[in-house]
Amino acid sequence: MPRIPQPPLPKALQPKPKKPAEDNGQVQTYPAPLDAGISVVDWLDERTALSPGLRWLLWRKVPRGVNWAYTLGSATLFAFLNQAVTGVFLAMYYRPDVAGGAYESVRNINDNVFLGQVVHAMHKWGASVMIILIFLHMGRVFFYGAYKYPRELTWVIGVVLLILTLAMGFTGYLLPFDQRSYWATVVGVNINAGGPFIGPFLSDFLLGGADFGATTLSRFYAIHMLLIPGAMAALIGAHLYLVTKLGISAPPWIKPDPQHDGDHAPDEAEV
Amino acid sequence: MPDRHRQKKSKYTLDRQMPGAFEGETVTRRTMMNIVANGAGAVAAAAFTLPALGFALAPIFKRQVWTWQPVGHPADFTDSYYVTKVINITPGIGEAGNTIAYVRKRDPAIDLEPEDQYNHFVALSDRCMHLGCPVRYVQAAQRFICPCHGGVYDFRGMVAGGPPVRPLDRFYTRLNDSTGLVELGPRYSVNNELQRFSPRFPGEPIDGIGQFLYPAQFDTANPPPH
Repeated sequence: MPRIPQPPLPKALQPKPKKPAEDNGQVQTYPAPLDAGISVVDWLDERTALSPGLRWLLWRKVPRGVNWAYTLGSATLFAFLNQAVTGVFLAMYYRPDVAGGAYESVRNINDNVFLGQVVHAMHKWGASVMIILIFLHMGRVFFYGAYKYPRELTWVIGVVLLILTLAMGFTGYLLPFDQRSYWATVVGVNINAGGPFIGPFLSDFLLGGADFGATTLSRFYAIHMLLIPGAMAALIGAHLYLVTKLGISAPPWIKPDPQHDGDHAPDEAEV
Repeated sequence: MPDRHRQKKSKYTLDRQMPGAFEGETVTRRTMMNIVANGAGAVAAAAFTLPALGFALAPIFKRQVWTWQPVGHPADFTDSYYVTKVINITPGIGEAGNTIAYVRKRDPAIDLEPEDQYNHFVALSDRCMHLGCPVRYVQAAQRFICPCHGGVYDFRGMVAGGPPVRPLDRFYTRLNDSTGLVELGPRYSVNNELQRFSPRFPGEPIDGIGQFLYPAQFDTANPPPH
């Protein structure tokens, strides 16, 4: 069973060699506050065994040649987290009331609520940022060939996440409930209906009836803030697990270097 | 490497000398426990999943209820000009439940579809048959024009240009004898020969194979009795 290598400690954290006359063979004790912190971490770690997991997640081997394009996945993740956090707090003021209350509640967020415009704008512009980032991330993976064996499943989950993200954009567009929201949704639902056989029934499901009705807005709201985000969070977890499990692929222009890429144990490697 | 010539285990518990085995028994305690535990889990999961799913899907099968809505006196309508009328499709949700009907009197010279009790007045829906934007009637051109993607319809609502796939939807109309008012009934769709079909979504052609690719929905209002 291969052991996970210990991470190399940065210089600042390495224990300093003792000065000759400093230590008379006594056990070193930490000052009390530092000691308490260590006790808490130890207490947690003894019960959860989290630290090997964290080491596994964070101290990974990274191939030579990685560059800024490799940060696009994390950037997309942070865009998602931004949407999640701002969305949760927007939900405290938003009211999915089709008879005019929805529009009024968004107007209230923008005009009256402290920092309401900022949080709303973070959510609104963050949505576009996330779509842009997810496509850039997809392009990086595609052009670097990083979707190839053994990372096909990571790619497939990523495509599902892309589709769910677009569905988030579609369902979220209705929520401000102004003229643009309403008609864009009408057009979008009718595009849906253009699919043969199941298209009309899918649109019936989305609208909650044959026409835009009393429950259409609350349906979109529930899909937008409960159904899809839950699925996305689970799939992001699976995506990250696979990224960690399989490791990061090297850029395609990096050739194996016998001097550096030997099969000796990495902790014996030259630093 | 497993021995391929190993004798297969008997399916009878008695042959396998299991404690408590009896003649003819094939289900072991372990198998029984597996079936019962997993089955109970499946029943419990189905008990909340199926009602929730039915709850979410039910509107697909719920027929819209339509009441006849008066739009004016017969004298308000001529056969050469459309009058714009706002009618309500979904009550209780304010303006989002309203739609527009363009109403005129039937003109036997140009309206060649067979006449019956429901089309003495022609009422066109303003829903564009491309993707559902609201069309506007322009009297100078005698055309219906869609602002979104340039769909154009002629005076009878037939496609004159652009992306729409079928003529404008219509409403059943009738003259209420007791009140003397023109009333609008449920919406229906028409194909290029102006034959009546149950309402379809915009963007769904119902000529030829289209009527089979886009079957009638279960939630649209029933047509009035003939």
